[in-house]
Amino acid sequence: MKLTQISVFLENKKGRLYDATRLLGENNVNIRALTIAESQDFGVLRIVVDNPEKGLEVLKNNKFMASFTDIVAVEVGDDPGGLAHVLKVFADTGINIEYMYAFVEKNTDKALMVFRFDNTDGAIKVLQQNKINVVGKKEIADL
Amino acid sequence: MNVCYQNKDLECVNRSSLDSIQTAGLQFSVAQALKTKFYAARLKGHVSSPEDIRSLNDLKRIPFTTKDDLRESYTDGILATEFKHVVRLHTSSGTTGVPTVIYHTQKDLNNWTELMERSLIASGATCEDIFQNMMTYGMFTGGLGFHYGAEKLGILVIPTGSGNTKRQLQLMKDFKTTLVHATPSYMFHMASTMNEHGFSMKDFNLKKAYIGGEPHSENTRKKIEELFGIEAYNSFGLSEMNGPGVAFECVYKTGLHVWEDSYILEVIDPQSGELVKDGEIGEIVFTTLRREATPILRYRTRDLASVIPGVCPCGRTHRRLSRIAGRTDDMLIINGANVFPSQIEQILMKVPEVGTNYMILVSKDGALDKLTVQVEIHSKTFHGDMSELGVLKHKIKDELKASIMINPSVELHEPGSLPQFEMKAKRVVDSRIKI
Repeated sequence: MKLTQISVFLENKKGRLYDATRLLGENNVNIRALTIAESQDFGVLRIVVDNPEKGLEVLKNNKFMASFTDIVAVEVGDDPGGLAHVLKVFADTGINIEYMYAFVEKNTDKALMVFRFDNTDGAIKVLQQNKINVVGKKEIADL
Repeated sequence: MNVCYQNKDLECVNRSSLDSIQTAGLQFSVAQALKTKFYAARLKGHVSSPEDIRSLNDLKRIPFTTKDDLRESYTDGILATEFKHVVRLHTSSGTTGVPTVIYHTQKDLNNWTELMERSLIASGATCEDIFQNMMTYGMFTGGLGFHYGAEKLGILVIPTGSGNTKRQLQLMKDFKTTLVHATPSYMFHMASTMNEHGFSMKDFNLKKAYIGGEPHSENTRKKIEELFGIEAYNSFGLSEMNGPGVAFECVYKTGLHVWEDSYILEVIDPQSGELVKDGEIGEIVFTTLRREATPILRYRTRDLASVIPGVCPCGRTHRRLSRIAGRTDDMLIINGANVFPSQIEQILMKVPEVGTNYMILVSKDGALDKLTVQVEIHSKTFHGDMSELGVLKHKIKDELKASIMINPSVELHEPGSLPQFEMKAKRVVDSRIKI
């Protein structure tokens, strides 16, 4: 149930983010979720797309530095305390969340969040034990 | 204007007498040089004894000495006296890591001290002054050179050395310091941080600053003078010729009087090696005339400057040198420290995550110089992890700091994004105001 995120190194230069998104668009790769981690002189674009293999290939062929990162997409109750409920199950597990961000699309009455854990497999196990829905590759592609 | 001399007869000597002094000095230097391993070999076929020097015209018979010659002569290739007569040495490190060394006998140190005293007197300093020496002591010749000269003049010296701005300011206030010696960058730094340390200009009794260690413009001098309400003097020296006290400004501040009784000054076309006319910029070449332990003949400094034509109102006949207009090589002077681009390249090329392309940017950040190193990272080293990149950045920064003693700012760039060079790479962009 692991998902694949594409991480793209973006130097702090005008039009670089545009170039990356334009390339994906021209090649029919659809972005489902994204976030940008930034430092002073560069950033890392993190995207979940409908076709990660193709997305990575397109970017690399165009001289972007890009690589795959394992992530987990989790359904979070779209009501007060929904996110806290998910985070709570990790409180005593020793598994850390490195970063997280939200999907743009909404899947029924649940919100969809992307999590990067320091132990992806362990995190999936914990989620499943706690009956928290982990979203698969196909569902993402079908969003 | 009140003009003071250490030795008016010598400083205002007529040129023909000065020629005689220089000829005798050159004969002495050649005699000393022939005792050294390096010059015994180098002068073969050119000059075989001091008697070959009959006038200054014979200077032309002597080949130039370069920085590389000094490096290759490390450690004792240019030592004309017995080791037991040497009382001090100064080394300076260079681009390849091979240092150069200059030895001094007690007499050499006395001569240096005398020139430094003469320089201070020329700028109007007296024994009533209180001098805070904010230059680095130790191997760097600027600190000790000024220190001994000032003491000889009877000045109260506060040997603070560089750094620790708050303490510098406190001492300046407590002891009513009248003279300081610092880099221009440090003068600006003191001015801009004074308030946050709890001081203001009215706390001080400063009259003069000797600024040196890095080339600076006339505008920089004026700015320092206005900021502090003082007179600022341009101090020029180089470790191969002792350090400070080779050439100094008098109270008229119309150029650096080169102490020609102790050095022969030539300004040459760096390509042809021929003398250029007064007023024309060329490479400065110095010959020591009084040094016993390490005589150096026709040393190519790689500094570019010109001789200022005409006579100085102070009456000194020793010719005046302009400000340094540049370097014949690519040495960068950043906040007073010498940095060669090749040193930076050496470090970068040791880091496996770094690609082959890089740029070195030098700019002004407020009063201080700022060094930015842009590197392209290897596409293989990117695993999508932000913190990994942060670690890499710090690693590069730390390695550079350890080598060049300057804290650079490091920027990571994508492969192929920095300018590419087909022929001769121009990797250094110095956007500081040109002097």
